[in-house]
Amino acid sequence: MRRCVVACVGLIGAVMFLMDSAPAARSQEAKTLTVYSSRAHYGAEPVFEAFTKKTGVDIKFFNGNNNEVFERLRNEGARTSADVLLTVDAGNLWNAAREGLLSPVQSKILTANIPAHLRDPENRWFGLAVRARTIMYSTARVKPDELSTYAALGDPKWKGRLCLRTSSNTYNQSLLGSLIKQEGEPAVEKMVRGWVANNPTYINGDTQILEAIAAGQCDVGITNTYYLARLLQKTPDLKVAPFWPDQQGHGVHVNVSGAGVSAHAKNREGAIALIEFLSTPEAQSTLAGASFEYPANPAVEPHAILKNWGTFKTQAVGVAAAGEFQAAAVKLADRAGYR
Amino acid sequence: MTSLARPASAWHISAWLLAGLVSAPIAAVALNLLLPRGDVWRHLADTILWELTWNTAWLLAGVAVVSGTLGTALAWLVVAHRFPGRRFFEWALMLPLAIPAYVMGFVFVALLEYAGPVQTTLRAAFGETFRLFDVRSGWGLVGVLSLVLYPYPYLMARSAFASLGSAPVEAARGLGLSPRQTFWRVALPLARPAIAVGVALALMEALADFGTVSLFDYRTYTVAIYRVWFGMFDRVAAGQLAVVLLLWALALLALERTQRGRRRYAQAHGRTAADVWPRLAGTRALAATACCTTVLGVAFVLPLATLGWWAVTPGVTHPASFRPLIMNSVVLASVAAVLCVSAGLLLAYARRRTHSKGLRFATEIAGLGYALPGSVVAVGVLAILAGTDRALADLVLRISGYDIGLLATGTGLGLLFAYLVRFIALGFHPTEAGLSSIPRSIDECAASLGTTPGRVVRELHLPLLRASLAAAGLLVFLDVMKELPATMLIRPMGWDTLAIAVWQMTSESLWREAALPALTIVAAGLPAVICLTWLGTSRRTPGETAS
Repeated sequence: MRRCVVACVGLIGAVMFLMDSAPAARSQEAKTLTVYSSRAHYGAEPVFEAFTKKTGVDIKFFNGNNNEVFERLRNEGARTSADVLLTVDAGNLWNAAREGLLSPVQSKILTANIPAHLRDPENRWFGLAVRARTIMYSTARVKPDELSTYAALGDPKWKGRLCLRTSSNTYNQSLLGSLIKQEGEPAVEKMVRGWVANNPTYINGDTQILEAIAAGQCDVGITNTYYLARLLQKTPDLKVAPFWPDQQGHGVHVNVSGAGVSAHAKNREGAIALIEFLSTPEAQSTLAGASFEYPANPAVEPHAILKNWGTFKTQAVGVAAAGEFQAAAVKLADRAGYR
Repeated sequence: MTSLARPASAWHISAWLLAGLVSAPIAAVALNLLLPRGDVWRHLADTILWELTWNTAWLLAGVAVVSGTLGTALAWLVVAHRFPGRRFFEWALMLPLAIPAYVMGFVFVALLEYAGPVQTTLRAAFGETFRLFDVRSGWGLVGVLSLVLYPYPYLMARSAFASLGSAPVEAARGLGLSPRQTFWRVALPLARPAIAVGVALALMEALADFGTVSLFDYRTYTVAIYRVWFGMFDRVAAGQLAVVLLLWALALLALERTQRGRRRYAQAHGRTAADVWPRLAGTRALAATACCTTVLGVAFVLPLATLGWWAVTPGVTHPASFRPLIMNSVVLASVAAVLCVSAGLLLAYARRRTHSKGLRFATEIAGLGYALPGSVVAVGVLAILAGTDRALADLVLRISGYDIGLLATGTGLGLLFAYLVRFIALGFHPTEAGLSSIPRSIDECAASLGTTPGRVVRELHLPLLRASLAAAGLLVFLDVMKELPATMLIRPMGWDTLAIAVWQMTSESLWREAALPALTIVAAGLPAVICLTWLGTSRRTPGETAS
């Protein structure tokens, strides 16, 4: 028994010794920058290596889900080691700003490089890469002129032919949120009821929806653009194409992955320098190109696959609307019976 | 008398302290009940609350029946029959435990969905209109979860059947009962408490599951908690929903206790001599082997083969180095296993030695972390850690003018605490079940002979509990290997585990890229399964010399 206790204490001690990261965080040097990131495996993106090469500043990543990264940052409070929060979905950025986790940045470079509707009105966060959430259709079984708007997917002709993510998906919540801002709740609820009446097949991933369309399980769906680009990169003859809806109306819904400076950043200058760097043309093509997103900086051309899809009108409403109306969107989905 | 009373109160105090420490994060969640109820509750009641309740109940009922039946039947088959391969299946049937539920989920969804290989082949053979059942359904979910969770009842039932002792079985057979009648009338009633523990653990896991149910687009309470928390940004209502989940767990545990009734199950300890059991011959032996092979094939070989096939797909990229990931996972899981089993043993002991209703209730509460979604527990733990840390650092700053920073938040210590809160139930329940089958007369007898309580524990109970402790340690080890939300939230920077490597890929729907890390989780869990099985069954225990 005693030996067992000694062994336990020893083991725990050893692990604590191995794992104690607090001293590292305390003796923070100016030459390192800590990024809390929920851009999944993108932590190893070459664009960050380019930043280190250029400035000599090392970047340390803490990767996690949106929710986990947010909670960690919130609970650490003033003693957080985060300098930059990097995340996907405008709703998440909006929520972090609302909780006071991000601080405003006045930067001429950022206001010049990032269009106003892709950043926070108070400059607490900046969209760096853009994805459209649009209608995807089977080129084998659907003609583009059969499609027109998001709401038209509620037309009975799509009964049993529509594939959707559930309303628990944050990208769909943002889509509904921005539509509510533009068209008001009654119109959006009518639209969602139309979708539900068509008895959509719920599928748990954007990639899986695109594969389902290609395989013939459904004919139309709504996904982010980069998932299709990824599949097309591997299978160029995939019989799925994007359709740009609402071109006569408000335009296609776009969302961002973006960054903000932590309210308690130890290396605030470095944090601003990193976000500024990410908005420059040289970084934008690498950042957005590698993940098949549209560059937020309008001076930069998108990847060839995306360019091939042509240009389209996007929502003029700021992406912040996604966060502002997200709760309303979820409740609306519940009322409309949208799973 | 005094010599007995003093150590008893030491048990008491340490058990209270431990239970209090482990319950603190759960209490932090429960405190949300004191806050005003927002309109979210009315909204839920008007819309999806009944669907959630129905779905959760259906899932629990389904998993209870399927995993309970499968686990008990397989355990009876391998313990009470002799057929080719029996000794292999006896431990191999536990292997699905090493596969994370979400991995099992995405393997089966990917294989069986419309665009997957099975349905594509069937359509090619039988025409475009051919449809298989929909894998993304309640049935599909119950099937997959039961395949991962049946090892809990199996593990508990197997050790219960194995330790029945020869006497009741020989008596039953001597009275002319057939093997089947022996099962229904003797073995099953005696093993019932152990099976109930196994099923309760499986159900708590099902109740807390988020990853797998979301893969199947099946909405349970857990999904609602996330929806309210991160969709409606209402953390208070999310905490209140989590309390409802706690009530479900308490109900489950109460149900489990009723299975034990007022009787004290004290069993003669010892492995039943193998020659009591019938040797199966001919087609019956073949059927038994085929049965075990099928379960093992579907629940283990098939998912592994699929992962292997994905991992070698051309063009799939893999993490640069697995060594740090494996190291982190294995070290964390081993330390957590020792920690949770020791803590569970302490609580189980206190429960055995106390008549205090308060303490018995406290031990029950302490185990509830297992029925809460990992994220909810982790956020509760983080709130406690960070709160204490901040207060401490502020205090030191004021006194000494030096900022010590956050000491526990984002360190290994904090993470181990989170594992303790989440998994102490796995250390506690199997140990307690094992302890309750040791007759109290042994303790009393030893005490009357002047043996100190410490010696009773060391020389009598620990050897008798060897199988239970090994089982508990195995469960904790494997669960920590698979654990995701708490690890993600509380781990020190740079301390990625295998489960995190899997998540980084699956979060982007890159299932093929996730295959190799997932396989590594299973591979790293295998030595533990083998080692602890051996520890649990190999040597004869002192109790046996009596039988």
